[in-house]
Amino acid sequence: MAGLLRTEAGKGLALSAPASLYVGLLVAAPLGILVAYSFWTQTYVEIDKTLTWANYLEAATDPLVRHLMLRSILIAGAVTAATVALAYPIAYFIAFRTQKKTLWLLLITIPFWSSYLLRVFSWKLILGFNGVLNSALISLGLIDEPLTFLLYNEFAVVLTLAHAWAPFAILPIYVSLQKIDRSLLEAATDLGCSKLERFVRVTLPLTVPGIIAASLIIFIPTVGDYVTPSLVGGSQGKMIANLIQVQFGPANNWPLGATLSLVAMASVGFAAILFAVLATALGRRIR
Amino acid sequence: MSEPLNKPLSPAVSKARRKPIRFPWLLAYAVGYLIFLYLPVLLLPLFSFNDGTIVAFPMKGFTLKWYAQLGEQDTLLQAMINSLTVGAVTALVATSLGLFAARAYVRYRFKGRELSEGLVMLPLVIPGIIVASSMLVLFISLGLKPSLTTVILGHVFVALPFAVSIMKSAFDDFDQSLEEAAFDLGESVIGTFRRVTLPIVAPGIVASLLVTFTVSFDEFVLAFFLSGNQPTLPVYIWSQIRFPAKLPNTLALGSLLLLASVQLLLTAEYFRRRSTKSASKSA
Repeated sequence: MAGLLRTEAGKGLALSAPASLYVGLLVAAPLGILVAYSFWTQTYVEIDKTLTWANYLEAATDPLVRHLMLRSILIAGAVTAATVALAYPIAYFIAFRTQKKTLWLLLITIPFWSSYLLRVFSWKLILGFNGVLNSALISLGLIDEPLTFLLYNEFAVVLTLAHAWAPFAILPIYVSLQKIDRSLLEAATDLGCSKLERFVRVTLPLTVPGIIAASLIIFIPTVGDYVTPSLVGGSQGKMIANLIQVQFGPANNWPLGATLSLVAMASVGFAAILFAVLATALGRRIR
Repeated sequence: MSEPLNKPLSPAVSKARRKPIRFPWLLAYAVGYLIFLYLPVLLLPLFSFNDGTIVAFPMKGFTLKWYAQLGEQDTLLQAMINSLTVGAVTALVATSLGLFAARAYVRYRFKGRELSEGLVMLPLVIPGIIVASSMLVLFISLGLKPSLTTVILGHVFVALPFAVSIMKSAFDDFDQSLEEAAFDLGESVIGTFRRVTLPIVAPGIVASLLVTFTVSFDEFVLAFFLSGNQPTLPVYIWSQIRFPAKLPNTLALGSLLLLASVQLLLTAEYFRRRSTKSASKSA
């Protein structure tokens, strides 16, 4: 043992072991127990530990589960698309059109050093029926009646999350834009590409890795987001996390909650892999 | 290869291409986007001084009473103490784990390094609700009642990727020959670490402590599941959001928290930059 600790490999393993064991254990153990729970059933106060597929059957046949799962994935997809589309021009601006890169990057990240819960709460106040936006528009005389489509729907969820994830999209795209060899762009121009062509055929394909990274970072946690659908989603904007919370909280059906967590995780993984494969293929195609 | 062939020409060419006076669409977009980013963050402080219970325009008068009332709420103070405790312990544990792991990743080549590096970043990409629910099930199964301890266990998990990446960049530019010199001059392994390595990466450690503290201080979902009847500040705020009468107080409290978070992280950023600067200076 002492001999092993003197080698490069031994030292590396020993130093990194506490961190990787901590994360490894806290990923594996809860997951294992979650799997066990998903095969048990809840009988009022007791847990019936007879192994059964009942929870999976319920998750597969209950229209509410299917509906919320599908909606979560669609909303997460919309959030990802909106965030990346809104962030791309900013990343482009910082990479190519300004000298003050550090300042801009700092300006963009500062708002996200504040509590996520509070930012979502603030959007609720902005978008509400008697909220900031409506009252401001009425004070300015632009509208007579408060707009009702702002809060408690999918739109509010997508807007709030597109705001919440902004730097996670801007930074990876900025990095991939920054990495582009500028002489490639000059070559494209010298060879007669118009600006648009140059963007579509040179710049955009070279940033596909950044776009994929940004999309995955945003998509995966968004599917399981709890705070935003609870605060601004209303009944139209509820997502799978809300249902999972109900099972672990008020409904007190942990086995079903465990099953839903596992199903959600599997769906997210599947959707993410599908997306990464499609995006990579598409990126090659454009070139 | 990467040098453009017409290098002396290119700056002039690209400047000439950019020269024609036209509306700077991208700049305008960037400014608009910044307003979008800052709107919700500046709104809370703005209305926290508003002398009215409704958050809407036109604003009433200026008041500080919502802030003054905060001091009288015992549950709030208790939640604040809980959050500070959880944040401090989380920061210490996560930074220690991160310090050793980052050191291993930067300094040593070993089998399983990439796997281990990937593993410690995993908490960033697992949806919060899944981490929260699965940890709740685990802790209950182990006979661990939801409490501040379970919150700390969860927060270390989510804060670890931040600690590791900050410490990694602190070690990245660290000149190894300094340690070798210390060895050669007769320092022990521990002595070298304490007297050479630690002082050089100290700004990185401070940055990591501040960032992990803030991550824990602002975290809601895990604390919501794992705190039992010992709410942290975000859990307390969550319970207050439902009561419209409490809204102005929540705004005042939220504004204070925003200020604290931004302040802490700007300080962390300052130390992080100093750490890269001092490391590259010594290199």
